[in-house]
Amino acid sequence: MTATAIAARAPTFLEEVIARTPGESHLERCIQCGTCGGSCPSGADMEHTPRGLFALINAGLRELVLRSNAPWYCVSCYYCTVRCPQQIHITDVMYTLKRMAIDEGYYTESTARDAPEFSKTFIDFVESNGRSFELGLATAYHLRHRPLNAVGMVPMAVGMLRRGRMDLVPTRIKGIKQLQAILKRAKELGGAK
Amino acid sequence: MRYGYYPGCSLERSAAAYHQSAMAVVQTLGIDLVEIDDWNCCGATEYFSINLLPAYALVARNLALAQDQGISNQLVAPCSACFLNLTKTDRYMMESSKLAADVNEALAAGGLHYTPGTVRVRHLLEVIVNDVGYDAVAARVSKPLTGLRVAAYYGCLIVRPGYGGIFDDPEHPTALDKLMRVLGAEVVDFPLRAQCCGGHMTQISQEVAFEMIRRLLKNAADYEADVIVTVCPMCQLNLDAYQPNVNQFFGTDYTIPVLYFTQLMGLAFGASPIELGIGKEFVDARPALDKIGVALPLTEAPRRPERPKEALPMPRMEEE
Amino acid sequence: MNEERIGVYVCHCGSNIAGTVAVEEVAQWAAKLPNVVVSRDYKFMCSSLGQELVEKDIKELGLTRVVVAACSPHMHERTFRATCERAGLNPFLFEMANIRELDSWATDDRAAATQKAKAMVSAAVRRVVYHQPLQLLPVKINPNTLIVGGGVAGITAALEIANAGYHVYLVEREPSIGGHMAQLDKTFPTLDCSACILTPKMVDVAQNKNITLLSWSQVEAVEGYVGNFTVTVRKKARYVNEEKCTGCGICIEKCPKKVIDEVFEAGLGYRKAIYRPFPQAVPKYPVIDTSNCIFFQRGKCKACQMFCPTDAIDFEQQDQILKLEVGNIILAIGYDTFDPRRIPQYGYGRLANVFTSLEFERMVNAAGPTGGRIVLRDGVTTPKSVAIIHCVGSRDKNYNEHCSRICCMYSLKFSHLLHERLPDAQVYEFYIDIRATAKRYEEFYHRVLEEGTRFIRGRVAEVTDAARMPGEEGKLIVQYEDTLIGKQRRLPVDMVILSLGMEARRDSREVAQIFGLGCEYNGFFIERHPKLDPVNTMTEGIQIAGACQGPMAIPEAVAQGAAAAARVLSLISQGTVMMEPVRAHIDADKCSGCRICNNLCPYNAIVFHEDRKVSEVITALCQGCGACVAACPSAAITGAHFTDEQVMAQIEGMLWDVQPQFAMTSMETR
Repeated sequence: MTATAIAARAPTFLEEVIARTPGESHLERCIQCGTCGGSCPSGADMEHTPRGLFALINAGLRELVLRSNAPWYCVSCYYCTVRCPQQIHITDVMYTLKRMAIDEGYYTESTARDAPEFSKTFIDFVESNGRSFELGLATAYHLRHRPLNAVGMVPMAVGMLRRGRMDLVPTRIKGIKQLQAILKRAKELGGAK
Repeated sequence: MRYGYYPGCSLERSAAAYHQSAMAVVQTLGIDLVEIDDWNCCGATEYFSINLLPAYALVARNLALAQDQGISNQLVAPCSACFLNLTKTDRYMMESSKLAADVNEALAAGGLHYTPGTVRVRHLLEVIVNDVGYDAVAARVSKPLTGLRVAAYYGCLIVRPGYGGIFDDPEHPTALDKLMRVLGAEVVDFPLRAQCCGGHMTQISQEVAFEMIRRLLKNAADYEADVIVTVCPMCQLNLDAYQPNVNQFFGTDYTIPVLYFTQLMGLAFGASPIELGIGKEFVDARPALDKIGVALPLTEAPRRPERPKEALPMPRMEEE
Repeated sequence: MNEERIGVYVCHCGSNIAGTVAVEEVAQWAAKLPNVVVSRDYKFMCSSLGQELVEKDIKELGLTRVVVAACSPHMHERTFRATCERAGLNPFLFEMANIRELDSWATDDRAAATQKAKAMVSAAVRRVVYHQPLQLLPVKINPNTLIVGGGVAGITAALEIANAGYHVYLVEREPSIGGHMAQLDKTFPTLDCSACILTPKMVDVAQNKNITLLSWSQVEAVEGYVGNFTVTVRKKARYVNEEKCTGCGICIEKCPKKVIDEVFEAGLGYRKAIYRPFPQAVPKYPVIDTSNCIFFQRGKCKACQMFCPTDAIDFEQQDQILKLEVGNIILAIGYDTFDPRRIPQYGYGRLANVFTSLEFERMVNAAGPTGGRIVLRDGVTTPKSVAIIHCVGSRDKNYNEHCSRICCMYSLKFSHLLHERLPDAQVYEFYIDIRATAKRYEEFYHRVLEEGTRFIRGRVAEVTDAARMPGEEGKLIVQYEDTLIGKQRRLPVDMVILSLGMEARRDSREVAQIFGLGCEYNGFFIERHPKLDPVNTMTEGIQIAGACQGPMAIPEAVAQGAAAAARVLSLISQGTVMMEPVRAHIDADKCSGCRICNNLCPYNAIVFHEDRKVSEVITALCQGCGACVAACPSAAITGAHFTDEQVMAQIEGMLWDVQPQFAMTSMETR
């Protein structure tokens, strides 16, 4: 479709998703073959297969798409991307759907609502230290969002500590101020394609 | 051979053994890995889910540091996720001038600038296989891993999607198999060699993650592997640290140690297990080590079972 | 300034051009160009009314030159040349500007398209002033025809032409004609036995006096042009004397060396080192495969020679190089199947019971390696469940973007044959879309549905032997999404058949080079027009037929073979053909006798006169390629219809909106 034709009317949901995905996602090419849904290692547990999501996107069913647990169950293995006969950048589209679900608040209604919390907790540590911090991440995330699980995970955390595989305090980079300035500017700029 | 080195957060602590063994091995091979000063986290698989431009800027700071510190125009990452994020950022900045401009505007707030394409990011395995080569590795082997049955596990991001160039087949990679054979190990068939270890799913849905880990453990057990060898700290962590949880969850009893490929290289080069950080695994590696402690003569290649005379011919394959 | 009077006609082509180019504006603008006396736009210039407009202006306004800005010259140059001729103007005093394919179809930008249309009209107006009246050149047609490829398309073409009374050389690379069709078991949707309907035609070829069959042969070079080609053919040594051989087959029986037959048996069966691909082979003479023959490799054996009752084995035989003179050529070189090793996740080559469609064709064939028994790779076990995977290597941008058209139907045929031979087996078809688009195809699909095949809509993600659950152990597991229920699933089966797509021959680009043809991006030969001229090519005198033009089934290949034959017969019956007078000419006064052009000419059309020390172009041989014109250091060679004046004027016209002083500066700095 030509750029002028699209500009003449409000963008469809499909076009919005394409616009928010970096590079050429080629999502418009989907022929609904199901290679992605068959290849996905967590596909059996998704509420919608990637293909199913793309059909919903094409139908403009925004809420169903952004509430789905499917993007959050994506493990970034890229099998779908390398196998897609239409060379659609499926993993990138999944990341786009996650960002849209957060921006529009739908993720709180998702059965996978813990996932964005995990991502956010992870990022909090990175933003304040410049490095990830496994113990802090595990404790903060599990206590805040999965208290029951936290108890179950204690033996493993203790095991990690005992084997010297986990730090008690986070490492902080020297240039943390520099990094924070960069991230602040990036957030202001936002919306890069 | 001198390269920039980006260890990534895992290698600082949870995968310190990977770092330790990598350093021992590259020293033997005459590779100089110089750590980038003050590198930061690559964002793993999380930052791109939340905010796109900061995610790219986070990664790009490392590329800019690597570019400015002038160690080498090549940057080695031992972690597959770091390798992916670094190559992806460089590639997408090259493809989109808008992204490159935005990322650089953000970097400018920290007094940095990165010109896409200046730093070539490579995975440690690829450097060893391509720049050092199998022959040079073979020349260093003093204690061959004879009799050790190894499942060579690649995981995802070292072979897919290939933002840093295609280095091995994304469906059926073989480089690690060849490397392990060069070390004298017996490499078992491992059809799930490039399947996912579960990634961050251990944090999001344990049922889903444990099932993905179980499949891999079952496949390695079905082929009677003594050890699974990995090229990524996340894969090692999921298969090793969660193995007891998986057993508990499914009522199975897998006890397959999971080691980094650099640890097995170190052993074959004659280093002691302690020097290579062996002993920090959840699943005890000693039974596997015992096997190579015993000096067995070189095993003959297993004989192919006799094909019955009615058998139809198999399609011809190129030699791997 | 000269006295020429030019008429300019800008075509709308409906909305094809007018939708993007402001045609009225271009026409009004062109009216002000030098020498233009009339400039019009019209809805369809190629219509009879449009043509009459031109004729009328030529007569009434005394036009001496005509420019039509419309579509590609490939479409309508001949049309408007004829228009000029009818009005009494030499047809070569006409020039066409292509503002459709090269302009309106290439962009959505109206302003830019209009600007480019003006440039192209201006170029044509400037050029046409320098056109000279020329006459078409008559060329005699040699009535012999070369056909390359002895599959069903080539066989059909050969019989059509031979039965009309003209001679055909049929060149086939393999030891026998028959092509892929000879390998097949049944043909969809009628379930005719493939060999039963093909072999009578093969025998006709062998017995037809007008056909010279050159099997085990390859074309190495082609020279000349329509009506007069000289073709070099290598007839490879068979090591069997065709005069003496009776085709009794004792040599094959006695040969001790068994080899996997990668060609006819698709790798599923064996042949001997001396072999005939199949019993009904035409010609019946065997060939020795020297790379596997014990005598050729180790110098001992000669079992075939010892047992041959007619002393026909000749180890001394050499390749023969033949020079054939023909007037027309038909290429019918067929297709290759996709190599499924390129999709490792389908396991072909690693997982024993994954078969290709061609392997399965041989397996179900009563004359095949298993005598028609459907068995697993162990040669014994009957499968209880079979999955047929569609679109392997087709409809996939990673391999071939095109749909191979035949796979849906032959997969349905496999289902039917499986039900017939193994009534207890469960058969699954994994498809993206069922494309059953020709006569009786949809009905066949319905029949297979009724027979109980389970159709699953979803492209298979992978085939593996890595069992995950009980029930999967020892099976092939097909992993896929059932897209109609939106669930990922796994199906354990005994046998998997990969329905391979069709590709151009792996060497189609080299063949195209030899014959001077164009290839599509995927290697298929390019036809002159996809709808109106599907068997002709851009190279006069060379036709294409069958699957070398694109994926197609047997009926289309046969139709194309016959169509190509009709084209050839039409030319033969004309006796002569009129050729474009675009020819080089050497000005003897300017020629320095350097002879650079002599060796450059690909058609050997330039002779050197030792006495006068000048070169001369033999007009009848010249093809107007222009190589000599560009190379001549003395600028002594002119190409008719492509003179320096004409080309320079065209360039100047194209650059009409570039500032002259700027153009001068850039010229001077060169």
